[in-house]
Amino acid sequence: MSLLQVDNLRTWFETDSGTARAVDGISFALRKGETLGIVGESGCGKTVTSLSIMGLVPDPPGRIVEGSSVRLNGRELVGMSAGDLRRLRGNEMAMIFQEPMTSLNPVYTVGNQIGEALRLHRGLDRAEARRVGVELLREVGISDPEQRFDEHPHQLSGGMRQRVMIAMALSCEPELLIADEPTTALDVTIQAQILELLADAQSARGMAMLLITHDLGVVAEVCDRMLVMYAGQVVEAGTVRQVFGEPRHPYTRGLLDSLPGRAAGARRLRPIEGTVPSATEWPEGCRFRDRCPHAWERCAESPPPLLVVDGEASGRSSRCWLEEEPERRVAPRPSPTGSAPQRPGRPR
Amino acid sequence: MGRYLIRRLLGAIPLVLGIATIIFFVLSLAPGDPVSIYTAPNVSSEVLEQMRQNMGLDQPVHVRYVRWMGSMIQGDFGVSFARNQPVREIVQQILPNTLILSLSAITLAFLTGILIGVFQAVRQNSLIDNSLSVVALFFYSMPSFWLALMLILIFSLTARNVWDWPFYFPASGMTSVGHEFMSPLEQVGDRLRHLALPSISLALVLAAGIARYMRGSLLEVIRQDYVRTARAKGLPERTVIFKHALRNALIPVVTLLGLYLPFLFSGTVFIETVFAWPGMGKLVVDAIGQRDYPVVMAGAFIFAVMVIIGNLVADLLYSVIDPRIRYE
Repeated sequence: MSLLQVDNLRTWFETDSGTARAVDGISFALRKGETLGIVGESGCGKTVTSLSIMGLVPDPPGRIVEGSSVRLNGRELVGMSAGDLRRLRGNEMAMIFQEPMTSLNPVYTVGNQIGEALRLHRGLDRAEARRVGVELLREVGISDPEQRFDEHPHQLSGGMRQRVMIAMALSCEPELLIADEPTTALDVTIQAQILELLADAQSARGMAMLLITHDLGVVAEVCDRMLVMYAGQVVEAGTVRQVFGEPRHPYTRGLLDSLPGRAAGARRLRPIEGTVPSATEWPEGCRFRDRCPHAWERCAESPPPLLVVDGEASGRSSRCWLEEEPERRVAPRPSPTGSAPQRPGRPR
Repeated sequence: MGRYLIRRLLGAIPLVLGIATIIFFVLSLAPGDPVSIYTAPNVSSEVLEQMRQNMGLDQPVHVRYVRWMGSMIQGDFGVSFARNQPVREIVQQILPNTLILSLSAITLAFLTGILIGVFQAVRQNSLIDNSLSVVALFFYSMPSFWLALMLILIFSLTARNVWDWPFYFPASGMTSVGHEFMSPLEQVGDRLRHLALPSISLALVLAAGIARYMRGSLLEVIRQDYVRTARAKGLPERTVIFKHALRNALIPVVTLLGLYLPFLFSGTVFIETVFAWPGMGKLVVDAIGQRDYPVVMAGAFIFAVMVIIGNLVADLLYSVIDPRIRYE
């Protein structure tokens, strides 16, 4: 059985300009001990997905739409009472956020904040929480943990604060760790250390990890499987090896071509034209078609479902009509907007 | 911290002397003099002139200034013209009354203001939040002396005469007649009963402002990442608000402590007069009517010193609430 089973999750926000369907029907499963990466551009619904699982979507304006299902160890979290959900949060599932600089409370000591979950969920007293907390700080690679325990967040660097966030998330031995862009705000040298720390902590504890990032390099390094999200939906799913080896969805291919050193023929980078549309007005039909080099009439007429690729057993899928009409894949028409400016003096 | 405190106190000395100087010259520019209250058909102008000389008022302004400043630095505020009693004695007797009133008013104002502000922020945009905002705006816009009169009308007069409450709040003074014959416990109750209306009328205006500030500040803090972190830990909402959000939201509210002290003291001038509370405010108002310069100057000077001390306390409170602020 899967540890985490998400089915048709839809999280919508009421805004002044209409209903923003930030997450619009995504489904996936996460097994014990597995690492799943969710990638996509800003605004495609990655963070809202993770907040929905944790039950942290601010309501109002946000709400998880009826028919959505999030199950952790078989228990339905959508519609669970606030108290029951609270007992799971920080206990069986924990989360690390993007901004270590602002994610710790500036007026309390690091130790106080780490000890909170231990005292709450494990019923430890102050002294026991201190002992466990210092041990956690040591585990996440903070020197002088005894001393750091009593310091305030402003006395620590960004990398150390993220380590503290990790220690906090690990404190109650969660089965599911959600890491939302855990390295985005950090220096490149620190990023690698934090990723290694997360990977070590995960294998040592056998917990499952949901890693949300827009950095494909991070996914390649850490994850077993990956989901590519676009416009509130999953557009491609598969193992990291499969997706990187042979991207099926034009969006995934676009993302990979935007990576330095990966663009075919190692020429200049090939960015995806345009930007993610607004969540209040996803395009009719395929949501990617305005930016897709392959798009044809069918894409405007009906939205493609998530189509199975290479048979059920492969676990691969792609939300693209190309799976049914593969002959169209060969000759992409030029960029749909035709707006890519040809800069003079720079032959392609 | 200790060194910071000493530096701040030393820095306050020129400030205090400057304030005293301004008070002195402004007052000497004001028309009228204390002798004029003795003017009567049977008092000759020679007698009045003699009185002026006795009080030292025949001297030019700069001589009087140097004399006054010289003795004030030694803690001697002179002798009250009207009461013929050293100002120092009068102040020693009366200052505690004002401190009791203003400290209880400011405590009450911050307690209720913070609680109401938190309540409003947690229920943002609900009916109760909007109603409380209207009520707060009402009290914020009303002058405290008018509120005082309304409170007297309702809780003192109507409560006793119309509603027949067995328990009403007295409209004036600090103690009832026969206070000295009461048991100690009854004495405390009697004092609290007299304190209630004046401190409430002072506190209402301040509490309304504090509540509005607190609501805004907490709404700002609730959106912060660390509040989401606290929720992600599974902490109950009570702990999230009162432990993680409130302390951060209090930081800007502490500023109000320093800002509101001058309002508080000018408020006591009205309120003490309305409630016949024997405090500094009433003392100074009476002294102004009698052109009793030594008392007026001492009063203004003491209010200034209290405002300076209040601001120092506010600055020290910052470092208590926010560990990022350290005074060296």
